[in-house]
Amino acid sequence: MEVLVILVPLALALGAVGLLGFLWSLRSGQYDDLEGAAWRAIADDEPAADAPPQTPPA
Amino acid sequence: MQAARDFSHYVKNLDSGLAHIDLAVEGVSCAGCMAKIERGLSAIPDVTLARVNLTDRRVALEWRRGELDPSRFIDRLAELGYKAYPFETAGAEAAEAESARFLLRCLGVAAFATMNVMMLSIPVWSGNVSDMIPEQRDFFHWLSALIALPAAAYAGQPFFRSAFRALRSGNVNMDVPISIGVTLALGMSVVETVNHAEHAYFDAAIMLLTFLLVGRTLDQNMRLKTRAVAGNLAALKAETAVKFIGNDEISVVPVAAIRPGDVVMVRPGERCAVDGTVIEGQSEIDQSLITGETLYAKAAHGTAVYAGSLNISGTLRVRVSAASEGTLLAEITRLLDNALQARSRYVQLADRASRLYAPVVHATALLTMLGWVLAGASWHDAIVTAVAVLIITCPCALGLAIPTVQTVASGAMFRAGVLLNSGDAIERVAEVDRVIFDKTGTLTLPELDVINSMNIPPDVFDLAGRLALASHHPVAAAVARAAQGKSPLAGAVEVPGQGVRCVLEGVELRLGRPSFCGADRLANEVLSLDPEASVVAFSHGDSRHVFAVRQQLRPDAASVIAALRARGVGIEILSGDREPAVQAAAQSLGISEWRASVTPADKIARIEVLKRQGVKVMMVGDGLNDAPSLAAAHVSMSPISAAHLSQATADLVFLGKPLAPVVAAIDFSRKALRLMRQNLVLAVGYNILAVPLAIAGIVTPLIAAAAMSGSSVLVMLNALRARRTSPERP
Repeated sequence: MEVLVILVPLALALGAVGLLGFLWSLRSGQYDDLEGAAWRAIADDEPAADAPPQTPPA
Repeated sequence: MQAARDFSHYVKNLDSGLAHIDLAVEGVSCAGCMAKIERGLSAIPDVTLARVNLTDRRVALEWRRGELDPSRFIDRLAELGYKAYPFETAGAEAAEAESARFLLRCLGVAAFATMNVMMLSIPVWSGNVSDMIPEQRDFFHWLSALIALPAAAYAGQPFFRSAFRALRSGNVNMDVPISIGVTLALGMSVVETVNHAEHAYFDAAIMLLTFLLVGRTLDQNMRLKTRAVAGNLAALKAETAVKFIGNDEISVVPVAAIRPGDVVMVRPGERCAVDGTVIEGQSEIDQSLITGETLYAKAAHGTAVYAGSLNISGTLRVRVSAASEGTLLAEITRLLDNALQARSRYVQLADRASRLYAPVVHATALLTMLGWVLAGASWHDAIVTAVAVLIITCPCALGLAIPTVQTVASGAMFRAGVLLNSGDAIERVAEVDRVIFDKTGTLTLPELDVINSMNIPPDVFDLAGRLALASHHPVAAAVARAAQGKSPLAGAVEVPGQGVRCVLEGVELRLGRPSFCGADRLANEVLSLDPEASVVAFSHGDSRHVFAVRQQLRPDAASVIAALRARGVGIEILSGDREPAVQAAAQSLGISEWRASVTPADKIARIEVLKRQGVKVMMVGDGLNDAPSLAAAHVSMSPISAAHLSQATADLVFLGKPLAPVVAAIDFSRKALRLMRQNLVLAVGYNILAVPLAIAGIVTPLIAAAAMSGSSVLVMLNALRARRTSPERP
């Protein structure tokens, strides 16, 4: 059971990392636009492909 | 006449030499739009950030301060096919957004704590029946305490604060039993851990908070989304005023930037955006939005005009007495305050439930403790059992029962074209048994329409429509709209107060007053058929035609009235308009109860009479004159075309031309209320099953956790049914 000495702090540390990650993502505004973010994941690359015929700045 | 548009009011200057502006954009609905807008705007030189928020339908823009004029963005978006307008976050929305973030942070903390505590609890639960030694169990309990106590202290804040506020004002709300239950469960668990006992309830307490925070977050997000949509709609109305910045120099500024004392110009065909006094010019104004009266009033030097008045014939200079937010008759404001106070006495279903629930739960716990002491148990065991009762009965599912249904139902209503201004409106709409309609702008469309177009040859109609484009007069605008005139006739001149004329291929064309076109006799014939219509005459050489123009009923008004009747809802019209106009509308819709020439105070009086008879009234109206009665009614609804104030007062706002959202709102709300009640019964029923176990003292933390998550999931699943209305709907 000595393995607990390693496993328990490890588990808690992983939990803390997860929580900090969540708080960071919240602070950096990643939950502000849930709908848009869902689309960005698949759409962001696509425009790059047809980027060349970009409308010239008016 | 196009003056410079001045958006500096909306631009925020950032520290790093950048400027920032938020735009509300109409018609952004997919990933394609998002990419198109972002690319289109980023292509403008000096733009450093263009990011679309698809949830809120807004664009955030940053650019290097200097040459770039913000109106360029709006033009660019217009080229791309989107209507956009600068947006200013209202104080209320910013506060909602901040509290939504706080709730989400609390939810994150609680959820991570729950996961970690559960990871420690499951070995204890399984170890209790196998070979875990007491020292290991204590160690795990201490670890749980280490995680759960700080997490609960942080994530419980929304509940503790609200419970404290309720208790201080001598009330009980749902958060009081929650706070007591969580605090006692945690406190008892610490004591038990110190005493090396077998059971600790850290897991149950923190899981309870997690589930409840899910409900709160859903609720908050729903309100935030409605606020955002309503805010966008207000911004996209793009209310501007033409302000004098010098003696003869004018500038188009957003209404939000107008201050009392400024002088604005109101041209014919424009709606006045401010309250003020005429200092120069003469005209007729249409005050139907304020008084419901559709006859025009005269305006000259010294006449008071109110926001929402439509200027008909001449250009006016108006000195502003109250700007955008203060624009209203004192009388209406006063009535409004009184009426709003009356409504805040309404107690929501959730609070009613918790008022019943909290005393029962606490009495049960107390009786359990006394019972066990009388039966000879030790005080320690009796208290532990009583706390177990509190944990088991803690209204976990109860806290989810209502917000989940509200969230799902408001989403469904949104798709049906109804926006909720307040979450508890659903409960009140469901109880409605009488709907009072205003006529002007509610039963009828807000814009004028030509009603005798079938009597006019298409080529004449087309020509008249093109000529009408040269006039600002609302009646002419209606002709132009009806004829779908696109290309104005060259050389058309407006004769003030008479009409427009031009010469086409050597023949004179005139559109305007019957006398201006020499069509008095014809006009009288048309008027004798329909005395309520306004007429505009058209002469083309020797031929004469007369258009009858009036506000038409919404296309589906009759079927909506029938649908409401089928649902057992009484119908009534209260209008500030003249009797013949109201009578005509009532007759064509088959409504027998109607009152005309009603003042705002009379409307309230009528609603009060109905209230005393125990009738739950829904008021549907759009004008400023309706605002107080909207507030006085049990629940209220406004079309999106309504005056600002009525929209702010109404519980629901409906979009688009049809009146059908009124029926949809009632259907969805009735279904939602039924589901809310079912959910309350489910939640309480689940607890009733578990309470005997708790009283008997055989509840383990495992049972508590299972009961809690089971009932919560059940309630959430049931709430999903609010997406569809009842099968009886045709």
